[in-house]
Amino acid sequence: MTGHGRAAERSRTIELGMPTPASDPHRHLRGTEGFPAAAHRALADTQLRRNLGHATRTIRAKRAGVVAELDDWEELRRAGEAIKADTMARLPELLVQFEERVTARGGVVHWARDAEEANRIVVDLVRGTGADEVVKVKSMATQETGLNEALEAAGVAALETDLAELIVQLSHDRPSHFLVPAIHRNRAEIREIFLREMPDVDPDLTDEPRRLAMAARAHLRKRFLAAKVGISGVNFAVADTGTLSVVESEGNGRMCLTLPDTLITVMGVEKLVPTWSDLEVFLQLLPRSSTGERMNPYTSTWAGVTPGDGPQAFHLVLLDNGRSNVLADAQGRQALHCIRCSACLNVCPVYERTGGHAYGSIYPGPIGAVLSPQLTGIDGPHDVNATLPFASSLCGACFDACPVRIDIPSMLVQQRAAAVDAHTRRTGQDVAMAAAAIAMTTPGRFKLAERALGVGRVLAGRKGRISTLPWPLSGWSNARDLPAPPAETFRQWWARTHGGT
Amino acid sequence: MRIAVVATCLGDALFPQAPIATVELLERLGHEVVFPADQTCCGQMHVNTGYLDAALPVVRHHVEVFGQAFDAGVDAVVAPSGSCVGCVRHQHAMVARRAGDEGLARAAEQGAERTYELSELLVDVLGVTDVGAYYPHRVTYHPTCHSLRMLRVGDKPLQLLRAVRGLELVELADAEVCCGFGGTFAVKNAETSTAMLADKMAAVLSSKAEVCTAGDSSCLMHIGGGLSRLRSGVRTVHLAEILASTDRDDRSADIVFDRAEVRP
Repeated sequence: MTGHGRAAERSRTIELGMPTPASDPHRHLRGTEGFPAAAHRALADTQLRRNLGHATRTIRAKRAGVVAELDDWEELRRAGEAIKADTMARLPELLVQFEERVTARGGVVHWARDAEEANRIVVDLVRGTGADEVVKVKSMATQETGLNEALEAAGVAALETDLAELIVQLSHDRPSHFLVPAIHRNRAEIREIFLREMPDVDPDLTDEPRRLAMAARAHLRKRFLAAKVGISGVNFAVADTGTLSVVESEGNGRMCLTLPDTLITVMGVEKLVPTWSDLEVFLQLLPRSSTGERMNPYTSTWAGVTPGDGPQAFHLVLLDNGRSNVLADAQGRQALHCIRCSACLNVCPVYERTGGHAYGSIYPGPIGAVLSPQLTGIDGPHDVNATLPFASSLCGACFDACPVRIDIPSMLVQQRAAAVDAHTRRTGQDVAMAAAAIAMTTPGRFKLAERALGVGRVLAGRKGRISTLPWPLSGWSNARDLPAPPAETFRQWWARTHGGT
Repeated sequence: MRIAVVATCLGDALFPQAPIATVELLERLGHEVVFPADQTCCGQMHVNTGYLDAALPVVRHHVEVFGQAFDAGVDAVVAPSGSCVGCVRHQHAMVARRAGDEGLARAAEQGAERTYELSELLVDVLGVTDVGAYYPHRVTYHPTCHSLRMLRVGDKPLQLLRAVRGLELVELADAEVCCGFGGTFAVKNAETSTAMLADKMAAVLSSKAEVCTAGDSSCLMHIGGGLSRLRSGVRTVHLAEILASTDRDDRSADIVFDRAEVRP
């Protein structure tokens, strides 16, 4: 966090006339500075640029290859979209059905309104077991609630077991991608992190991927065997059977799901699908879209408790944390269809250059830019999340890549409108846009405005091009010329050559 | 065919050579072109910057002006811009519905059905790929995002370019990646936009083309603005200008980013 960011946060709070909160309850969904300022630093980090450029290009090519293998890919996408739309249309009933099934199979269901309540429930459950360490399956929901910090405050160490998440945790960093939270790191950096942070690591460790994986395996294995409590998130939950599932590549998730006595799962309420057979669609869509694999190596499913096999206590925490508000918006609720595959991140030319940290929220990229401001709400004109919907050139690559056809470009426009609506007094941009709208609906004024462009020809002078402009247009002219306005507009040419007007 | 031209606000004021070329090309192909003089802007800048309320009267104005043109016997409307046609086709009705104006939404949808981007009009409606153009230059084509992913023009522009005599068409690496323009994005997130532009320019330069073309003056303003700043020796030319060029009408003297001769 930068001093500037803290100042911005303070000023926001003061302006709202509210008591200063100890910390933002949405601190994992909202950064401390706007996107342009955060992107400024990321863009200058040449190592980050190289790592991200390489990684996203590699995943993009793999995804394109496996998607092209299926001639029914578009039908699968439409099926995924339809199942999610159906789920959201009757989410309350489906959740009640799901709760009944989970309970009937020996699980205990807890409902959490927000991050704080979810954390309190989990901390109490862990305390009840007497454990002082838990092993974790990679989970976005517990990132969102900041569960690890809450556990730490209660004297419980939370060990991330997903390799990339472990790298992030060891380096006291933040994840920058759903699937590959350490995408911003390369092998050499990971070797240094392991040497610095892993006790008992071989000092001759090289940056060979196999050696790095073996070091992580040795580090994790004894903790899996000793763990009393496992904590997971969910990829898909099935309403009519009470089944939960986690999809992963490493098998570390399955260790956490099967070895401890107690399993606690935190699930965003939107993770539901109505029936078991719906998994058929998503288990095809997800691996191809995320890792570019036909099928992921490990798909674990479980329901409640099985005596003598696996965890003997199972708790499910159903997390709202803003999702009901998103669901209430007919257009915005599409953001809840997201299956966190990260395909939109990998194809986004903005994400590729700035990385995930620039978005502030743990949900980065195009989907994060429409999901985060909806989950937190836009809290006045200075809310940094109001900058997220503008962090896109609206190029549309995200929609084409999305396995459930979320119309992210249209949603970005809607969220931009929400950001403009949050202005409490007129900005320079508001005035300019209003003036432009007046000129654009009054043809006479429009012609006059065009004539005023003649000033530009004076600016251009003998060079024939404009290389410096005043703020805010300097953002353009810092890197790009502008042509001198032409001697004749189109409408003047038309009048000269075709008459009339 | 009687065709109304949308000059586009940017084309009218800053890049008139694109709508001029559109008019001259269509007239050369034997069509009657009209210019509804009350037209201003499609409202795309307002919509894409989040000013959906302010966009409403702009959208209404566009729908009314071109509705009158249809009433007066125009068969089709054409714009030399993928993004303006994208706005007409995918955003006008949304803006109207959001404001609760179903009548305007329907009128917008009716108008949008007969509004085409230039390559769509030529290939799909007029059924022509060889427009009889002559353009003896090495050219690379940047498929702008809105042409590619909003309108799905596919390879129509390339079909047209391949039929141009004298033109050497060279492939652009990572052609489908955005150039980084994005309207007000280029100013609001100028640094990210510039980082995207750097990669697009690198691809253009490594193609060894003399000319980079596209179907949208706005993207060309961005790519061309960068190429001009670096004095790269490569220029941007709108697709319409290439298609309007013939061996008797050479347009290569007009270099947009060097208008020293047009001092006031």
